[in-house]
Amino acid sequence: MNRLVGRGFQPITSHVKPDGTRWSVKEKLLLGLTPQEYMAVQMRNPFNWLLWIIYLVGLPVLVGRFIYGLGWATHGSYDYPWGLFLAWGLFTMVPLSASGFMMGTTVELFGRKDFKPIERLGLLNGLLGYLFAVVFLQVDLGQPWRLIYPMFVSLGPAAVLFLVAWHVATYLSCQVAELVPAYAEWMGLPKAKKAIKSIVLGLTVAGIILSTLHQGALGALFTYAPGKVHPLWYSSPFQWFHFLNSAIFAGLSMLIVVSTLSKWFLRWRCDETFKKSLDNLTVGIAKGAALALITYLVIKIIGIAHDNDWEYLFSGWGQWFMFEMTLGVIVPLALYTMAVRNNSATLARVSAFIAVFGLALNRINTALIAFNWKLYQEIPHWREVVIVITVYATYIVVYRAVLARLPILYTWKEKA
Amino acid sequence: MKKIDRRNFLKGGLAGGAAVAATGTAATAKGAGTFGGYPDSMGVLVDLTKCVGCRTCEAACNKEQGLPAPEKPFNDTSVFDEIHEGGQKRRTTEKAYTVVNRYDVEGREGGPVFRKFQCNHCQEPACLTSCFVNAYKKTPEGAVIYNPKVCVGCRTCMIACPFYVPAYSYSSAINPVVKKCIMCYDTRLKFGRPPACVEACPQEVMVFGKRTDLIKLGHQRIKENPGKYVDHIYGETEVGGTSWMYLSDVPFDKVGFDTSLGNQPIISYVKEFLTVVPMVLTIWPALFTGFHLLSNRKEALKKEKETKGQEV
Repeated sequence: MNRLVGRGFQPITSHVKPDGTRWSVKEKLLLGLTPQEYMAVQMRNPFNWLLWIIYLVGLPVLVGRFIYGLGWATHGSYDYPWGLFLAWGLFTMVPLSASGFMMGTTVELFGRKDFKPIERLGLLNGLLGYLFAVVFLQVDLGQPWRLIYPMFVSLGPAAVLFLVAWHVATYLSCQVAELVPAYAEWMGLPKAKKAIKSIVLGLTVAGIILSTLHQGALGALFTYAPGKVHPLWYSSPFQWFHFLNSAIFAGLSMLIVVSTLSKWFLRWRCDETFKKSLDNLTVGIAKGAALALITYLVIKIIGIAHDNDWEYLFSGWGQWFMFEMTLGVIVPLALYTMAVRNNSATLARVSAFIAVFGLALNRINTALIAFNWKLYQEIPHWREVVIVITVYATYIVVYRAVLARLPILYTWKEKA
Repeated sequence: MKKIDRRNFLKGGLAGGAAVAATGTAATAKGAGTFGGYPDSMGVLVDLTKCVGCRTCEAACNKEQGLPAPEKPFNDTSVFDEIHEGGQKRRTTEKAYTVVNRYDVEGREGGPVFRKFQCNHCQEPACLTSCFVNAYKKTPEGAVIYNPKVCVGCRTCMIACPFYVPAYSYSSAINPVVKKCIMCYDTRLKFGRPPACVEACPQEVMVFGKRTDLIKLGHQRIKENPGKYVDHIYGETEVGGTSWMYLSDVPFDKVGFDTSLGNQPIISYVKEFLTVVPMVLTIWPALFTGFHLLSNRKEALKKEKETKGQEV
């Protein structure tokens, strides 16, 4: 598409075609191309070929998981009841999607309208991340068709997972509502946009409450296993705060990552406002991420001091922990700070990629590597890995499809 | 406005108190109070010194619970030499709710120690408190039972169990459920009868009775046989106490018991977070709406000035 635009193609930005007639929904879905042109564009993209290969291998395995059961797709371990599906799909995807409530808060609550060009990308990153976290959960649950049981059939309100279930469900609806304006513009439904505008502050505050609690609750889930998670990754009073705090820089870093990827691969879809303001906004977000990182570093050290875990730092586990903290926290903290000082968006972007990796490392460490540290190390089954890649590929496909269409990276023009 | 006199004030206070009593306690009782177990709950005291590793209990359990036939027959003692993931001995599975393991303890007269284990039926079970569909129940008789009809299969109970007891029927695609010992609740305990394994034991390793009586009995045995037993009943206080308890003549950590679990029920570690929840729910709305008003104050003032200017 970038090449097409280079040759003078104009992507859709309003209801009206250059010749004065209105775009039909089908034409909008095909990005204003003819079906033949659309197919040709898809075939030319080497990334799509990679996706084909992933689906060719991954789809049969994914289907197999539902036909032959979890015991076929995973090691079916009694000692490691949670594997890669949750370690990656839930515990990593959800913090990386914290950008939704962060951007909502910045723009709508604190009135920083200068962040408006990237607000919707933050919201979409949140919505899709949560949506696919639920998809991953559905792959992992023994009986996914009973997903609504904790809501309506049999309630266990004192359990942490009960809170996670309710909050993720409510927050998903909240995020859908927050993105209704983008959809309404694209479909031409001005009333829906107006309705959301009138409740946007309520939605934003609800988003903060729900995010605080369920990001924290994901950490609190591990407080059920005090003896199983290695003490360096476990702290019963601070676990929820460690998870919430790291979600803040993770969500912001992920937003920088997706905006960078959009800038590279979906350049045709970004309008001038987005492209021009992106560098400044990236540095602005870097500032927020740096603040969250320094808070996280301090509270992690306080956690170690509070539980008196110093002796563990000098074991092999301690070295692994220091590696995680250095690469995942101290390095991005230093890079972000330098980026803010030198006003360098490039440096902030490098830092964002590292911070996202660091967060993933922390969550996988907590859920898999440092879990059962007194027993043995579980290495996920290859089918489990294939399913994770397949579902994540679908996440990217949906993400890309929405970005190419809805006014996320560009501003919708009511008049051509 | 109605004048508030002392009488009305008291009335209102009482009504408010009653409302809190009616709604508040019911909603928070699980999260806030300590439970400590039912007074007449039953239990089993296992004396490891008496066990000879005949595996009769395993066979009785298999029959009583209608479990599939094992790969090796119950009189095959080669299972004691099995080594599973990470050098572990056998553990409970979806096909075996109780297993006996052999431990070679150096310097012990009379050979190796055999240890039977199964669900310990905690006083405040971690599985129960972690379940978001309330599938678990601690019965007044002491058993921790499970309702497979509402289980979603999140397996948090398996994460939460400090004894690594619950297993999951991963092999089933249609109806996988948690599988664990229920102390023969449906078929025996409910009617006041001891579990099948207890009754089947030829060595009288296990004593079935009221938990409070068993604790007395355990301490009595320790006292009456000076130097024989370790002066501790495993399960009397561990993770808040368990219905199944153990006596041993060798240190418990030498025979597969986790002695680092502490005496707090698992839920007490989670409570620190659970107390945060209502605070966030009540404080955040006002706090953040306040932030919004503060950060928009300049703009609001500007607008006000503008409109005033127009009026004048």
